Amino acid sequence: MKSLLTPEVSGQIKEVLKMMDNEIQVILFTKNDCETCEPTLQLLEEVSVLNDKITFTERSLTDDQEQAKAYGVTLAPTFVILDKDNNFRNFRFNGIPAGHEINSLITALIDTAASKPFFDEKILERLSKIDKDINIKVFVTLSCPHCPGAVSNAFRLAMSNPKITADAYEAQTFGEISVKYNVSSVPKIIINDKYEFLGNQPIEAFLKEIERV
Amino acid sequence: MFNFTLETQNKQNEFNMDITYDFLVIGGGPAGLNASLYAHRLGMTTGIVTYDIGGQLLNTNEVDNYLGLPNDSGSGLKEKFFNHIQAFEIPLLEGIYVQSVINNNGIFDVYLSNEAQLKAKTILLSTGSLPKKLGIPGEDVFDAKGISYCAICDAPFYKDKHVVVAGGGNSAIESALDLAKWAKKVTVIQRSKFRADGILLKQMYANDKIEYLLETQILEVHGTSSVEGLTILDKQTKQKRLFKTEGLFVAIGMNPNTGFIKDFIVLNDYQEVIVNEKQETSIKGIYAAGDMVNQPHKQIIISAAEGAKAAINANHYLKLKGE
Repeated sequence: MKSLLTPEVSGQIKEVLKMMDNEIQVILFTKNDCETCEPTLQLLEEVSVLNDKITFTERSLTDDQEQAKAYGVTLAPTFVILDKDNNFRNFRFNGIPAGHEINSLITALIDTAASKPFFDEKILERLSKIDKDINIKVFVTLSCPHCPGAVSNAFRLAMSNPKITADAYEAQTFGEISVKYNVSSVPKIIINDKYEFLGNQPIEAFLKEIERV
Repeated sequence: MFNFTLETQNKQNEFNMDITYDFLVIGGGPAGLNASLYAHRLGMTTGIVTYDIGGQLLNTNEVDNYLGLPNDSGSGLKEKFFNHIQAFEIPLLEGIYVQSVINNNGIFDVYLSNEAQLKAKTILLSTGSLPKKLGIPGEDVFDAKGISYCAICDAPFYKDKHVVVAGGGNSAIESALDLAKWAKKVTVIQRSKFRADGILLKQMYANDKIEYLLETQILEVHGTSSVEGLTILDKQTKQKRLFKTEGLFVAIGMNPNTGFIKDFIVLNDYQEVIVNEKQETSIKGIYAAGDMVNQPHKQIIISAAEGAKAAINANHYLKLKGE
């Protein structure tokens, strides 16, 4: 089978993944009759072998329902990442992380493996006061250079407070969901299916909307 | 198959907040990146503060007019520029906006969105620009509901649909060409004549999916939950009519990002920073370059060159001051 990643891109990713602090586990949920499941599986396998700290597992959305439920996975392809203590870090990437979204994947790998907090004390203090369940949806396209920044912000928020979950939706794979949420520009961010904003906004913009809930 | 566009990660996590920079660059587009390269090589203590890297390069698909780098993309060029900066380990503070700059007896205090503060002896303003709006009824209502300002980001949502591009410059024609890869039909509507480069117009004329209306003005956007049509005016016949479309991509130019210094630096009527041939602004020690300045040709290579000029002149200025 022909590699999805060129030797040049593989080399670059390998270099970047040296920033990973700890071991992590990547779990991809797939199913039959799913156009992007196979290339997503191949992509995650190719990336996972580039660093010894990554363990990769494929699961079936239909056969491994208990595990899918534990991570709130309802779609395929969807990947989640567990940290060194096997904790699910509250974010899911639904779709294929190709195109510009390769950057969302790489950042998610490094961030889940990180030892340090992502935000300064002031942001962490605001985050600690969030005690309601928050879900952040980020809709992206593979051709959008602004999208990985929004995905990373959402994932970092989810990793920083257990009340927050984050879902990235790659809009071409999940067209029906994009239509349901009336997405025609990306990155589109929706908080608890109610408050929405557009663009690669700073973390303060996310917090402002979250604090409205 | 999926055209992976890997971004260089910022490896310089240590940005010294406590020193006084010789040259602080605000903005990470071609002007700011090239200025930082020149300033660093000149021996100035240099830092970059920016929200993101690349500026308008991020909104550009194909780039074929940067000397020596033919057939590249905006993202590709950004990577090459950023890798060059990374090789010199120039300190970079990313994900941060500058909120204001204050002159404190010849040292500039720079206030940041994270409530931190930086100090600099000279500053380069290179915060670029944002897409201009049409300013017509319905535009705000259908923003992100059929109206888009980023063709490469949003084109996939218009697969097999009929879309309109507003504008007649390079950005508009590039947007039309990007959209034609997805849409079934693209209509370019321009209120006067085309201003785009001949090579782009030639590509557009050769594309069966793209048609155009010149001397035509878009007056209003209509729809229910998303864009369904436009009211357009034929300026020659003075006839108004409804034009059905499922999407409107606006590419009519840019507005400079100068709000944060508008009370501090002299701007022109278009809110662009007025600079002289040395890229000097109205405040000694503050320079500006790129899409935010009063230079009519918004081009990558011109922005980069202006950044270089600013760094050289800032270095000269500090030397004359005896620093």
